[in-house]
Amino acid sequence: MSKLIWTIVMALIGILFVLPFIWMLSTSFKPETDVFKFPIEWIPKHWNLVENYRTVWSGQFLRYYWNSIYITITTTVINVTVCALAAYGFSKLRFWGRDTMFVFVLALYMVPPQASLVPQFLLFNWFDLINTHTGLILLNSFSIIGAFMLKQFFMGVNNEYLESAKIDGAGYFRTFWQIALPLIRPGVATYAILRFIWTWNDYQYPLIFLKSKELFTVQLGIRLFGDQYGDVYSLMMAGAVSAILPLLIIFAIGQKQVIEGISLGGVKG
Amino acid sequence: MKQSKKSLQLSMGIKEQIAGYLFVTPLMLGLIILSLIPVIGSLLLSFTNWNFVAGIGAMKFAGLGNFEKLIHDSVFMKSLVNNLIFIIIVPVTMIVALFLAILIDKHIYMKGFFKVVYFLPYISSIVAIAMVWQVLFHPSLGPVNNLLISLGVDNPPKWLADIDYALPSLMMIQLWIMLGYNIIIYIAGLQSIPKDLYEASEIDGANAWVKFRSITLPCVSPTTFFLLVTGIIGTFKIFDLIQVLTQGGPANSTTVIVYELYDTAFNQLKTGYASSMALVLFVICLIITTLQMLAQKKWVNY
Repeated sequence: MSKLIWTIVMALIGILFVLPFIWMLSTSFKPETDVFKFPIEWIPKHWNLVENYRTVWSGQFLRYYWNSIYITITTTVINVTVCALAAYGFSKLRFWGRDTMFVFVLALYMVPPQASLVPQFLLFNWFDLINTHTGLILLNSFSIIGAFMLKQFFMGVNNEYLESAKIDGAGYFRTFWQIALPLIRPGVATYAILRFIWTWNDYQYPLIFLKSKELFTVQLGIRLFGDQYGDVYSLMMAGAVSAILPLLIIFAIGQKQVIEGISLGGVKG
Repeated sequence: MKQSKKSLQLSMGIKEQIAGYLFVTPLMLGLIILSLIPVIGSLLLSFTNWNFVAGIGAMKFAGLGNFEKLIHDSVFMKSLVNNLIFIIIVPVTMIVALFLAILIDKHIYMKGFFKVVYFLPYISSIVAIAMVWQVLFHPSLGPVNNLLISLGVDNPPKWLADIDYALPSLMMIQLWIMLGYNIIIYIAGLQSIPKDLYEASEIDGANAWVKFRSITLPCVSPTTFFLLVTGIIGTFKIFDLIQVLTQGGPANSTTVIVYELYDTAFNQLKTGYASSMALVLFVICLIITTLQMLAQKKWVNY
């Protein structure tokens, strides 16, 4: 019985968490004149859904979307590959200086990314990587948290599997690719989904490293949109819904993985 | 025979060494080029007076001049204070999260559903969320103030446009974003507590409060420690929310170190001065981590 009461209490608190989202969605369906009507029309009396989304998507938005999809997928693939290789090296191979290197990686983890922002910018300026997607992809391709997480998963792989592959004549890379990696597939999926979400949401790097509007990501695009349409809030909300949609889809598919990944101590970064 | 076996082992050892280096090289190279060198760069640049647009030749050694300037820079000091105020949300978020995590873990139906609900803000794009709150908090037209007026509040605050309320408003939004993350981590911590501890204390006749104080709290202390360290350091990295919502205003009431750093480096193009801010940020994060590592021994039960 008390369980039911607590569920109701939690639902009431939970409303605070979904209400802004419902408001956003509902506003994106309305004509501008109804946006601030009070009491709030949660279900629009007048619908303007098609027109709102058509206006949003008819401009540059499609391009921003494509840029974001391209950057996010490429970054995720490279990042996961780099991290998986390193994680395997640190957990399953013995080489001189391994532990020292890992301590070095741990120490770097404590450096806030913003502390290296200015020289990063100068470095990229030097190599003509400012205002390129390649530059942006490089910036997000090496992350310590990924190496940590995947290392945890690799440590759970029984060494006997790897040794028997070695006896069968498989090289180190083949053992990694064909035996070890498939064994930690859930772990890889977990990290890949988290990396996708983080990259899609990245705002600071694109803001600083991209200049041309045609290279912009969705996060920069919806900001432009806010400026361009000034106070047209229904369109702003349609843009916001569009920016969040891929995340909700990914989250719906990999919900269990995301929550497990975060539980493992996945820190944003 | 014996000899060749030994050399075989040796060559396998060398092969494994080479393989090991090859596996970690991409990450190590990336980290050295994109993290280590820039941090050293920040350190060196922080002692210079430089606008990078003017070219290397215009770089001037400034000694400790930048740091002296920082101390007298009222906007920077304000950003430091704001960062310290922001820390308040870390323990507040943690206390609420622990309470909600216990409820979700033990006392309610549809656990999975509630985890998702509270987690929504954390996985959503901060820029999009910030825009939603910007409209919700609109001083004259926004739903929040309309509600307050209909409840009889005559002069509701102007929220993000109000010098006194802008920072608290941002803190509320940040709390709203981070709560789900804290809940998920606490639930993981709670689930690792052995059940027989509770059973044993029930036999001893312990009530809910005693169980919470003497079992739950000590057992989740590593989780608490983790959330505290990452949470406090996280508040020093807040940027998106402020850049989108207030740009440090009104009247510098919401500026923070990272925002100042960004503005100084990329809008005012003061490369050297911004680097000294970066160094201050780095040192603060280092001090927090070290202090907490030391404190950890005293109060964390593993």
